[in-house]
Amino acid sequence: MSARTVNQKAWWLVLPVLVLVGFNAIVPLMTVVNYSVQETFGNNKFFFEGVKWFEMVIHSARFHDALKRQLLFTAIVLAIEVPLGVAVALAMPRRGVWASVCLVLMSMPLLIPWNVVGAIWNIFALPDIGMLGWTLNRAGIDYNFTRQPVAAWATLIAMDVWHWTSLVALLAYAGLSAIPDAYYQAAKIDGASSWAVFRHVQLPKMKHVLTIAVLLRFMDSFMIYTEPFVLTGGGPGNATTLLSIDLVKIALGQFDLGPAGAMSLIYFLIILLLSWMFYRVMTLGEAE
Amino acid sequence: MARIRIEHLRHSYVPRPARESDWALKEVDLEWADGGAYALLGPSGCGKTTLLNIVSGLLRPTAGRIFFGDADVTASPPGERNIAQVFQFPVVYDTMTVYDNLAFPLRNRGVPEARVDSRVREIAALLDLESMLPQRAAGLTADGKQKISLGRGLVRSDVNVIMFDEPLTVIDPHLKWRLRSKLKELHQRIGLTMIYVTHDQTEAMTFADQVVVMHEGTVVQVGTPVELFERPRHTFVGHFIGSPGMNILPCRLENGVARFAGVAIPTANTAAETPNGARTEIGVRPEFVRFASAGIPVRVAAVSDAGRHQIVETRHGDTVIRLLLDERDQVPTVAAHVSFDTAFTRLYVDGWLAG
Amino acid sequence: MTLALKNVVRRAGGQTHIHETSIALESRGFNVLLGTTLAGKTTLMQLMAGLVPPSSGEIWFDGRNVTGVPVQKRNVAMVFQQFINYPNLSVYENIASPLRVARLRDATVAERVARIAELLQLTPFLERRPAELSGGQQQRTALARALVKDADLVLLDEPLANLDYKLREGLREELPRLFADRSSTVVYATTEPAEALLLGGHTATVHEGRITQYGPNGTVYRHPVDLTTAQVFSDPPINTAEVVKRGDTIRLSERVSWTAAGSLRALPDGAYTIGLRPHHVRPATGRGGVQVDCTVLIAEISGSESVVHFDLGGLIWVSLSPGVHAFKVGETARFELDVASCLYFGPDGARVAA
Repeated sequence: MSARTVNQKAWWLVLPVLVLVGFNAIVPLMTVVNYSVQETFGNNKFFFEGVKWFEMVIHSARFHDALKRQLLFTAIVLAIEVPLGVAVALAMPRRGVWASVCLVLMSMPLLIPWNVVGAIWNIFALPDIGMLGWTLNRAGIDYNFTRQPVAAWATLIAMDVWHWTSLVALLAYAGLSAIPDAYYQAAKIDGASSWAVFRHVQLPKMKHVLTIAVLLRFMDSFMIYTEPFVLTGGGPGNATTLLSIDLVKIALGQFDLGPAGAMSLIYFLIILLLSWMFYRVMTLGEAE
Repeated sequence: MARIRIEHLRHSYVPRPARESDWALKEVDLEWADGGAYALLGPSGCGKTTLLNIVSGLLRPTAGRIFFGDADVTASPPGERNIAQVFQFPVVYDTMTVYDNLAFPLRNRGVPEARVDSRVREIAALLDLESMLPQRAAGLTADGKQKISLGRGLVRSDVNVIMFDEPLTVIDPHLKWRLRSKLKELHQRIGLTMIYVTHDQTEAMTFADQVVVMHEGTVVQVGTPVELFERPRHTFVGHFIGSPGMNILPCRLENGVARFAGVAIPTANTAAETPNGARTEIGVRPEFVRFASAGIPVRVAAVSDAGRHQIVETRHGDTVIRLLLDERDQVPTVAAHVSFDTAFTRLYVDGWLAG
Repeated sequence: MTLALKNVVRRAGGQTHIHETSIALESRGFNVLLGTTLAGKTTLMQLMAGLVPPSSGEIWFDGRNVTGVPVQKRNVAMVFQQFINYPNLSVYENIASPLRVARLRDATVAERVARIAELLQLTPFLERRPAELSGGQQQRTALARALVKDADLVLLDEPLANLDYKLREGLREELPRLFADRSSTVVYATTEPAEALLLGGHTATVHEGRITQYGPNGTVYRHPVDLTTAQVFSDPPINTAEVVKRGDTIRLSERVSWTAAGSLRALPDGAYTIGLRPHHVRPATGRGGVQVDCTVLIAEISGSESVVHFDLGGLIWVSLSPGVHAFKVGETARFELDVASCLYFGPDGARVAA
């Protein structure tokens, strides 16, 4: 006699979600897999090529360069945004009218459509008519992000930090708010300095929230497309051509669906692998 | 050194208090001698935690002053008051071992490592934590964590007062006993002033030398457990202390003799004169009520078996009178009489002890 | 309405939370589940309610097998330790919620809510939100919601644990009265032996996922089947010691022994464990019992009672006596043991005599 409390109705409720996910994720993904193992000359005839495209992509110098650029970008962005976000969260007031004001201000950059963010910074940084560009050049710094790779990188990173630090800050703020007063009181009585309080009370209690924040920022920055595309288009040259931009160039620019499909899947697997590694490292302590 | 004096203390959490109900502490004057074990006892919302936080410096009072010895410490932060506090929910630094947790307050004050080590081991031995020193603090049970909280206070040699804010709340009943006795034992061994806040009268009465009973922001009575038990100054104290609490019977005063149900009840105290319309009551604890051949006629309404004794609930009309019987005694079947031990029967006028 | 668990086992996450258990609960009076935290009381209640399916075994209610039936179809009401109320509904709506789910007419709902509110003294608070009430009032609202349903099975999971001492005392007296005229089966979980005794009815002692004994309070308290039950059902903790029986003498130590009386004489010679509750150990009055000399470790005076911890030749025991008995730490004192109230347990823990 089955001892399970079986409720069939649940399946009916899940069905619409399954259909949606099927259409929007599984089916397109399968299409990509399909393309990645076939060759076409554009006349809608497809030939099975096996792993040829995968081998090509993995050995291509162009792919390696784009991957290196992407890893560098993600590393710099995480290194700046996470500590900065935490610092901002620590500085935000937790009670009173100002708390609401700060929360609204911090949320604003997150609400702007991403291509608009790119456009804003594009104009902002223009060396002749943009506020930032003009001011920097007037101050004596030779700055032109459309021509200099270093300037392009600096602008790209500044834009991403401006756009996304708020997310880390808001998540860290939520984590901080959950710490009961008694911890701060006990630390005060123990004579702990503010640094000691941060290290022994706040940081450990924010661990879960920070894990989520780091994972989110990692995945999003690794997949970033719209903002750098609108800002620099991948230039100057291919100085800021990150993985996604390169991928789109191959797929839609050159219409090489085969290599593009293979590259997409490899891209997907890299993100999956790195995310999993990040997650394991950050939750290492919890297994005990 | 650690004589604590509280003068005209008043506190409100509202920025501009207008009515009486806005004040969490209405008017408190107290003096605590060095080295004693004190309890602040009262129901939720009576102001005991507020008072505790003011004494420890976590809260700045709206009005009034606090003296540690002869020094006015009203404005001093907790770090300067040489106090330690154990909170309701165990506070431990999760990332550190038990050893590091205990060493934390000393290291913050720049104490040399050799001395830190000897102090930590001394206190760990006192609290039976020695075997757990290298373990991570996060892995301990609730009572272990509370011991660590306590240890962090004991480890500092400059601590004069240890405050406890309902520390046994999250502990299992059978472990509560052990920890409670441990606290009492510690107090006898170390001789620090200890102030214990609780709503549990058993905890307060077994731990403290002196209990401060609070109600709605004021101190109702201060006394030893025996004084509070045998001679409550207010019917609230009579009701709040003791399980079951004191029996309160409305009575009429005729020529200085209290009468209930037409029966004259001799009391230990008398009221010379009572203002018209004053409420007169007799208070007597169940421990001092007996079945007798003569006295107040009652009928037995219910009997509860409390293991070590039986609690018999008798009624006269609407008034409930409880008494205790030994577990092996026979309970009268329906109707009986009860009489009170005169030495412990007291007269109350408008709630306060008469005379 | 009788509830029975037949060979129920509950496993989760690789651990057995409830070992094979069979129990038939009484329909009148309280059925108390007594045990420490994590003993399995909440899991048992969840099994009884149908919130959680048993890994094996069956649950029978009123002669019907209800094992696979989801909790919404069973007529169950539950009150939790944390005051659980719908925060955005008024007290009136909170109490009315199960009746609204059952789609009763407004007039019926109003009448039943009014009756229950009167019973629990909530009438002046009906229009308020739970957040505006005190802890005691919030828990009464939760109780009202459970009572108004007139459920066949009412489960109370440590409902008084978060309340002030005196409030707890008051509600504890009221609870049996509230359920007196109903025909529901009531199950009440608690960690406090005193509460189990005061509520009356039947008690099941739960220890590490097993029910060690179930029966009327007096029986489980005075005639526990094993040492574990005696220890669970004891507050303060029961005093234990090893004794040796030889012939007619039961010997605790070199200087402490007594004569085996009555049924004890029939016991085979050998080693036993005795359990003696603290209130059967009192400062010597000369009235009887075995006199022992010991060193006082600590005395706790509460006015109504005195709890004295003493050292009896290496054995740390506790005495609980009425009145004030003040001792100084380290003082030598004489206590008397009411050995007639001793419980005797064999080497496997089972009780052999009392």
